[in-house]
Amino acid sequence: MVRRRDTVGEPETTGHEWDGIQELNKPLPKWWLYVFYATIVWSIGYWLLMPSWPLLSSYTKGWLGYSQRARVADQLEASRAAKAEYRDKIAASDLAAINADPELLRFALAGGEAAFGDNCAPCHGRGAQGAFGYPNLRDDSWLWSGTLDGIQQTIMHGIRADDPKTRTSAMPAFGKTGLLPPAQINDVAEYVLSLSGGAQDQQAAERGAAIFAKNCVVCHGPQAKGDHKLGAPDLADELWLYSGDKATIVATIHGGRSGLMPTWVNRLDPETIKELSIYVHALGGGE
Amino acid sequence: MQNLQSYSRDAALDSAEAGAPQGEAAPGIARSDAPTVHGGGETPLYAARVKVYPKRARGTFRTVKWIVMAITLSIYYLVPWLRWDRGPYLPDQAVLIDFPSRRFYFFFLEIWPQEFYFITGLLVLAALALFLFTSIAGRVWCGYACPQTVWTDLMIAVERSFQGDRNQRMRLDKTPWAFETLWRKGATHVTWLLIAIATGGAWVFYFADAPTLSRQLVNFEAPMLAYVFIGIFTTTTYLLGGIAREQVCIYMCPWPRIQGGMVDRDSLLISYRGWRGEPRGPHKAGQSWEGRGDCVDCRQCVAVCPTGIDIRHGSQLECIQCALCIDACNEIMDKVGRPTGLIAYDTVRSLESAGKEGLSLNLVRPRVVLYSAAIAVVGAIMLTALILRPELEINVLHDRNPLYVKLSDGGIRNGYTIKLLNKSSAPRDFRVAVKGLPGAEVTVVGQEKEPDPVITVPADDLQSLRAYVTLDKTANAPLPAADAAFFFVVTSADGAAEAEHESTFQGPER
Repeated sequence: MVRRRDTVGEPETTGHEWDGIQELNKPLPKWWLYVFYATIVWSIGYWLLMPSWPLLSSYTKGWLGYSQRARVADQLEASRAAKAEYRDKIAASDLAAINADPELLRFALAGGEAAFGDNCAPCHGRGAQGAFGYPNLRDDSWLWSGTLDGIQQTIMHGIRADDPKTRTSAMPAFGKTGLLPPAQINDVAEYVLSLSGGAQDQQAAERGAAIFAKNCVVCHGPQAKGDHKLGAPDLADELWLYSGDKATIVATIHGGRSGLMPTWVNRLDPETIKELSIYVHALGGGE
Repeated sequence: MQNLQSYSRDAALDSAEAGAPQGEAAPGIARSDAPTVHGGGETPLYAARVKVYPKRARGTFRTVKWIVMAITLSIYYLVPWLRWDRGPYLPDQAVLIDFPSRRFYFFFLEIWPQEFYFITGLLVLAALALFLFTSIAGRVWCGYACPQTVWTDLMIAVERSFQGDRNQRMRLDKTPWAFETLWRKGATHVTWLLIAIATGGAWVFYFADAPTLSRQLVNFEAPMLAYVFIGIFTTTTYLLGGIAREQVCIYMCPWPRIQGGMVDRDSLLISYRGWRGEPRGPHKAGQSWEGRGDCVDCRQCVAVCPTGIDIRHGSQLECIQCALCIDACNEIMDKVGRPTGLIAYDTVRSLESAGKEGLSLNLVRPRVVLYSAAIAVVGAIMLTALILRPELEINVLHDRNPLYVKLSDGGIRNGYTIKLLNKSSAPRDFRVAVKGLPGAEVTVVGQEKEPDPVITVPADDLQSLRAYVTLDKTANAPLPAADAAFFFVVTSADGAAEAEHESTFQGPER
């Protein structure tokens, strides 16, 4: 076995040879090798300083005591501190003042949008466009109130929620409780449809008008324009909280409706609720 | 290139491989024993570095290089300290890359992130200029202006001032642990590190107000990032300029590989005029110059070469075309009483004619013309874009979720996020209106009750606002399809600036 040193075109071998096949020696570049050694030294230092080895019920904590949880907590704290200036201003101002100050308004809109996505979007939709039974917050029609203070009140205490200050009312189940027989429910439904020009049976609608006057005007008003105090929807406009087809209207009169909006006063801090109120008010329908 | 090498290859390799014998090249002119480190033919894939000890050169090109070095280094170190008045709202540093507020200031020019194409254009121009210069005069960039060349040159000058010229440096390396070696080398490395720190220090000044940052740096109050970048640039300057030197040019830089495709038979390259020099050999006192070449084989061109090549092998990858061999050779030619220019800027065409055609610079060549034309076109496009650059811009983003909102009276409302860019150096007031959508009502969030909302945008800033466009039932009835195109028009309160942006009004399918 002969170790051959490189001359041009003659590669170095390890001296190993089997049946005429030689094992060539192709060393790593030096810088590569040294970087490799450096990573070994680095990893030993890392084991000592940082959390690294899993143990049976715990892990090695490392001399630096680093923890990603603590780091997240620090970052959240830093983020709160960075926002403190504006949050303090929002805490100190009333909603109208925030809405009138372009700088605070922008801050509140950004914060409100984030809070809306986290808390409100599951029911009202990411774009606040609502869904069947969940009001569209962008249009100009409100069940309870579309003013800044009214929106704040709704967010804080909810609707039909477990809260002493909650907004509450009930659409009775006229059919289930036997208050109205099915034929009369049909007539009222025709009348309600006729208010926005959708009736198919004019005679039934006329009969329904009388039934409406007796049973529904208490809440919905003589012109069926609704009542913010009772959360009674306007039945004469073109918008429907539940669908505007006849079967759904019949179902509503028959079984009643009692949508629920949770109370947020115990879950969100007052500044966030203010930001949300500003945000919802700015979605286009604010009064 | 191949035939160019052929005349010199054999003689050169002979003497190189004979171990570079000592002796006199001509009366009073010692023959240098400098070995040809690079470019001497085939080399093995695994080769340990052979240290190059460049000898000092003196002459025209050396002087030019000192001047270029002084100019380029002055630009690099001093430009961050230049001031440029931009009024009360903007920074007064002439050249500033302001990452926190996302602006690039260059004297009269201020570039926003979305105008990065100006930087792209500048880089394209720089690349084209590099191609043009290369096709005219070879690697002039490498030889004179490349930072690697300039800093290496500076580091070698420092080395020479502490350790002496080539021979003294080689002598010091033979006694690595002698006190003299240690202090001379120590002083060299300390000076290199100081230069490297200054280089890194100057770099960070381009990214922050230089006077403020320098105070912070001295008081250890500067951001950690500044120290990190000074550290990175100190390391790279010290390693690349002080230690690695020609290795960077030969092994790391892609340019030597590319430039081979850019020169042609009319490019000015630093060349050994073999037709004049061969046959080479030592010249004895009183010997006639008839029947022999002018090259006395003194190897001074090899001794001064910072990359350790023998230019007599012809144009080669390792040659950075620094022209120091021209100076070295001219000095010898003067001494032996022969005309200078045995090594000179010359073209392959002229070399092949053995000097009979003379050296004529032919600039009307396809590649020179094409590169020049490309530079002119790109430059004109950039200049036009710069002159037509608006001071006010508007961007409109239609809400995607929901696309439209139906209102209680049957009207339709669309929401938009509008961004107003005020590129002037003073705050301005703007009004927003729509064009091309009859019956449309615009409301701006926060100013719903204002009949004539005015939006104030701070100086050199962007303001985002929410706006709603509403069409009532009668106005939206004639809309032809699900969406209609219209324009948002923004006008400055003084009426001096106006910008518009197309958007769409969406409604239910009809």
